[in-house]
Parts: sequence; C-alpha cells; structure tokens
Amino acid sequence: MIGKTLTICRRELAGYFATPLAYVFIVIFLVLAGVLTFFVGDFFERGQADLQSFFTFHPWLYLVLIPAVSMRLWAEERKSGTIELFLTLPIRLSEAVLGKFVAAWIFVGIALALTFPFWLTVLFLGEPDNGVVAASYIGSWLMAGAILGIGAAVSAATKNQVIAFVVSAAIVFVLVAAGTPTVLGLFEGWAPQALIQAVSGASLFGHFTAITRGVIGLPDVFYFVSLTVGFLAANAVLIELTRAD
Amino acid sequence: MLEIRNLYKSFGRLVAVDDVSFTVGCGEVLGFLGPNGAGKSTTMKMATGFLPPTAGTAAICGHDIQRRPLAAKRQFGYLPEGAPAYPDMNVAGFLRFAAHIRGFRGAEAAAKIERIVDLVHLSEVFEQRIDTLSKGYRRRVGVAQALLHDPPVVILDEPTDGLDPNQKYEMRSIIAAMRPEKAIIISTHLLEEVEAVCSRAIIIARGRILADATPAELAARSRLHNAVRLDIAPENEGRIRADLAAVPGIAAIEDAGVGDGHALLIVPRDQKPIAPEIAELAEGRAWNIAGFAIERGRLDDVFRAITAPPNEAGRA
Repeated sequence: MIGKTLTICRRELAGYFATPLAYVFIVIFLVLAGVLTFFVGDFFERGQADLQSFFTFHPWLYLVLIPAVSMRLWAEERKSGTIELFLTLPIRLSEAVLGKFVAAWIFVGIALALTFPFWLTVLFLGEPDNGVVAASYIGSWLMAGAILGIGAAVSAATKNQVIAFVVSAAIVFVLVAAGTPTVLGLFEGWAPQALIQAVSGASLFGHFTAITRGVIGLPDVFYFVSLTVGFLAANAVLIELTRAD
Repeated sequence: MLEIRNLYKSFGRLVAVDDVSFTVGCGEVLGFLGPNGAGKSTTMKMATGFLPPTAGTAAICGHDIQRRPLAAKRQFGYLPEGAPAYPDMNVAGFLRFAAHIRGFRGAEAAAKIERIVDLVHLSEVFEQRIDTLSKGYRRRVGVAQALLHDPPVVILDEPTDGLDPNQKYEMRSIIAAMRPEKAIIISTHLLEEVEAVCSRAIIIARGRILADATPAELAARSRLHNAVRLDIAPENEGRIRADLAAVPGIAAIEDAGVGDGHALLIVPRDQKPIAPEIAELAEGRAWNIAGFAIERGRLDDVFRAITAPPNEAGRA
C-alpha cells in the first residue's frame, strides 16, 4: 500500500520539476507573498517583529495559486489519455488518489518552506515568537492541503483544466470569504448568533486565523483534516463515476 | 487465460458492445478486427478494468476483473489506444515507474528494464523525453511498458499504428516470438497484420462478433478463394479467353492487370479448385504465360462483405 503510493507520489513530484511549472509557481508564490506582506500588509509600519502581515494573506494567495497546481492532477491525465494506462496498473484507487495528493502537498510545502527569508527578516529585526511562527507555518500547510483536496476532487470531474481551475477557485473563495469580517458583518445585527458562528466555523479563514495566533487547536486541525479527507474521498468517487464516459 | 463473458456496454442509447464472448488461450494470438467504432477498444477497456461494463465481465487467469481487480491487473500488460505515456518523463523514468509499480526494485527492476529496452530497441532514446519521440518510438515505449513484467496475458490496442513498414515487421516479430508462452490479443484494422501474426481472428462490427476463425478459414470465405491468376502477353488475351470459355466451373474472368502487366483473374464457381484444368489447358494450347498463381482468398474482401452496414451488404 505505502510502497505504491510512494511510487506514484515520486513520479508526480518529478513531473512538477520536469516542466517550468514548478519554477514558475515557486517564483510567483514568493513574489506575491513578498508584495502582499511588505506593500499591502504594512509589515514595517506595524513596527512589530512578527509574521502576521505575511500569514494573513495566505488564504487569498492560495485561493489563486493552489487551484493552479491542483487543476492538472486528474484533468491532464484524462485529456492525454494516460488515465487509462494509470488506472489499469495494479494499484488501488485510494493509492492513486493519495499518491497524487501527497505529491502536490509536498510541492506546495516546498514553496512554503522557501519563504524562510521572511522569518529570517523578522529574526534580524527583532525577537519574534518562534512558536507562533511555527504554528502559523503548520496551519498554512494544513490549509494548503485542504484546498488541494478540493482542487483534486474538482479536477477529477473534468478533462478541462481551465474549468477545474475556475470551479475550485470559486469553491475556495466561498470558503475563505465566509469567515472574513466583511461577510460576517452582513449577518451581524439580524441573524442569530448561532448562524454567524456556523458561517464563521465553516470558513478556512477563521480556522487559519485561529492557528496563526499561536495555538494549534484540535478543532482547527480537525477542520482542515476532515475537509482534506472528505474531498479526497469525493475525488475517488468522482473518478469511479466518470470512468464510464 | 483471458476469458470475456457476455460483455455488454451502452452509452445512453448507443450500444457499443453487444454480448461479446470469447476466450484466448496460451499460445494464441487473437486478432481483433473491425472497422473504426466497431467496439474493439471499448471491449479492451472493459477487459482491462478501465471501463465498467453495463453487463457481463472478463476474467484474466481466473481472476474476475471486477471482483478481484488487483489480482487480475497483475496478470496482464496493456497498451491502450493511442499508446498514452507521460510526455514530460523520459523513457528511463517512465519504465522505472512501470517497474516499481509492478513491485520490482533495485537490480531486479534494472534487469527487467534492460531486457525490455533490448527487446523493443529503445536504447537510442533511453534518456530522451517522451514528448520529443517520434510516433514509432512512442508506440514502442507503450509496448515496452506493457511487456516489462513479462505478463501471461498481453492486450495491445493497435500496436503497429503509425509505425513504418520496418517497424511494423519488427513489432510483429516481437509478438510472434513471445507467442508460445502467452495469450495475446491485438486489435487492428490492418488485414495484412492478421495474416502475418494472428493464429485466430475475430471480426467485430457494430458491437457484435460476426466471425471467429483462423485467418486461412476467413480467407477461404472469399469469392476469390481458389481463383487462378495468369500473367499473359496482351496479344494472346483473345485466344486464351476463347479457350477458357469451354471450361466448366468458371464464374468470371476478370482483368487483373496492374501497371504495365497484363493479367487475368479466373474466378471459379463456389470456390472450387480449377487450377489443374487451367494448367493443363495452358500447356496443351501453348498460351505462353509468364505467371501462374492460385489465390488463397483475400481477407479484405471477406472483411468488407462481413462488416458492411446492412443497407450496403448487397453491394459489397
């Protein structure tokens, strides 16, 4: 089980770096993260040695960039016909789904790890709470996994990568936006507190923000993990269902 | 070793495969023949577990492809239609992936890869990316992947499509060489291929099996079976035709000249042998012929007669 998943994962990961995709993605990820942190996030003006203004934009960054990674996961195999080769190999569907997901997750993890100069910058400027930084990185990676899961499931349903990108970005947008003060403000004043909490509780933004405060709470981890697992299960079901045509 | 049981597949109202059953044993090369869209690829996709059948099933070495897919998938090698392969991998990486996924590691994997690279002649392009390969090489990479683990059942969807005549010849030699210890099924629409490598042929059209016989048996159904071809000098044609008119059992005498040559094709009635009579006549009347050949029958003739849509059957 593990062996074949790893074999698939390794092949996929090598696939990222065999094309310019990996390098383009990483460069754009780092540039955008920098622009958002320093120009939009008022990194210096805040006068605090922390990475708050860096992490706060991650949901928005992922909203655009992660569907760009996940869109090809299955749609490309379907388009090029390799899916027929892939699914007639002696592997379980779960191994196929997991292998692809883990490769994409590791790839995003590499991009995330390459943002370490931001951390070095705050280390140089002051004394950041490294516990908070570590928790935030872990939270960000968990959130990336959940978004990749969504993207993988959407990609399994189509052979058109553009459709896969747009649909996953739309789903992620709803999940991110639900927890922002702007959206919650719309409910404020008329909706019952329970509804507001439900909307905020369903949001990637809310759970991620909670972790970036420095506490990796069980409910938040559970939220991201169950979102990931749920969408990967949907991914497998969608492959089974769409195999027929 | 490969058993197809009452496979049936419909896409909405379109019936793609309609109650197809057959078995392929060890030492057999089954040619799966049919016009485009006849259901050849759909049958193969179901046999290999890619498409779920609407009804029926397939068993590979006794393992049901639907109930025990993993066990069944270990027993075959499959070249899907169009020979798909990951374009951004190189040949070495792709074959290594195939070896690992089949459970071979280290030296064993290397040995398997080396053997197959030798067998299908891939050493020249071993380090090359698959998307830079010619069509012929790409097809060979697909075949290499299918044969790497030396499976007892081999399923190849159009293995020689896009190959030049030399490569086709080579591919057929590879298939012929592994025939004794394997059950092989190849789909094709090239009739020469069936005659060259297949021990048995199934003709399928509109989702149904229309014929299941050896290539020789199929050819014998041709109206040209036992016909005699004479290469003659043009000035003798009238004389020869007059002599032949007296021979009983001749259905037609056709002009079969190609290029500069001048030839007659003498078609017997009911495919009965007429060569001895004609040979005797040719000698007795001094026809002065340059060539004499007995037709075994033409597969393409039979193929057209069998697979033509019902409304065209009369013309075919």
